[in-house]
Amino acid sequence: MEFIQPLNLAEALEAKDAHPEAVPIRGGTDVMVGLNFARSRPAAVLDLSRVEELEEWGLEDGLLRVGAGVSYTRIIEEIGGRLPGLARASRTVGSPQIRNRGTVGGNLGTASPAGDGLPPLYASDAEVEVVSTRGSRRIPVADFISGPKRNALAPQELISAFYVAEAGGPQQYSKIGTRNAMVIAVCAFALALHPESGRVGTCVGSAGPTPLRAEEAERFMRGVLEEGGLWESRGAIPEAALRRFGELVAGAARPIDDVRGTAEYRRHSVGVLARRALGWAWDEYRGVRGAA
Amino acid sequence: MRLRLVVNGEVREVDDVWEGESLLYVLRERLELPGSKNACEQGECGSCSVYVDGSLVCSCLVLAGQAEGREVVTVEGISDGDDLHPVQRAFVDAGAVQCGFCTPGFVVATHDLLRRNPDPDEADIREALAGNLCRCTGYEKILDAVRLAARGATG
Repeated sequence: MEFIQPLNLAEALEAKDAHPEAVPIRGGTDVMVGLNFARSRPAAVLDLSRVEELEEWGLEDGLLRVGAGVSYTRIIEEIGGRLPGLARASRTVGSPQIRNRGTVGGNLGTASPAGDGLPPLYASDAEVEVVSTRGSRRIPVADFISGPKRNALAPQELISAFYVAEAGGPQQYSKIGTRNAMVIAVCAFALALHPESGRVGTCVGSAGPTPLRAEEAERFMRGVLEEGGLWESRGAIPEAALRRFGELVAGAARPIDDVRGTAEYRRHSVGVLARRALGWAWDEYRGVRGAA
Repeated sequence: MRLRLVVNGEVREVDDVWEGESLLYVLRERLELPGSKNACEQGECGSCSVYVDGSLVCSCLVLAGQAEGREVVTVEGISDGDDLHPVQRAFVDAGAVQCGFCTPGFVVATHDLLRRNPDPDEADIREALAGNLCRCTGYEKILDAVRLAARGATG
């Protein structure tokens, strides 16, 4: 096995060009499990842990650009106020040890439907930036993740960053698992209120081949909020509409039975998560005391 | 390949490291530092917890080459020679050791918690130790030890 350790992004791209088969590693929380259990024996490993460009984040043309190598711990501590939904999701990742190493770039690379970092990106229309020696391109996250453990990355490309708008309203992330730490989601749900555009962003995690937007639920709730003038009045969402929203989210899930839960349980519980998440986020928008 | 890193303040050089092995393997099998334990090899149990450049990590999930030039502190580096660190002392005094296998990981994780937050509340403690498993289910004594160490740390 070849170990390649570029010291900056230009070197990393040259290396990936010369060794398209090389498996990128940064935090190692996925790749090392494969190595330790002899499930994977790549011909080459490309270590991105020295590439400082991947550790940067900042505002660019009004959007946040977050380097693919920013750890979950840093997302929580440094960007949590700007991306509260992603910060909530990040807090549910593994343990302190895992959050110190794991990255959203890793979630994008692994492309597991259970990746906790992914649903908040869908709910806020994030774009993934990928680079190669030929240049860079930006891909909407829902197009980037192309199937279970599959993404749109070409062999010569590396994931460099994601772009997302700073939260314009309350955001939530809820996850079901057997305990509060160290669990792969049985199912999860991300919600982002976008008061500036009147939209409600959603995404179901771990209940389908990829994270899934609940588009019908989004359209339904957008209509409820608009017709009722609720964005302006900050009035309560009718209970029946909250329930319908939950049903539509459940309907958008495409779950399977597996060791962590049945399809039926996932479909039911993701609907409950959605109803509650919208209730919490809307209470926060209304300024209800004790909300979020 | 050859690996050069700083472990517990000492520059160490290791030859014939396989490119696919973990920092944990290097520490235990090549540097004779068996304090960090090898249990799950997938980041679930925390028994291999060490610091790499001051950051608490599972050494089983660090590829050996990634540690090149880094400063690693293991549980062996937390005590001052034969003098126990106050966190270690607290684990002894609270009887927070049953079979002892998980103890090094808990000691390092507790050390990290108290370094960041000398006066943790109950939720802080549970969150900080969420990635460390004790299969004797001795958690109550472990939590006692953390509180004891924190009282010592805050005077």
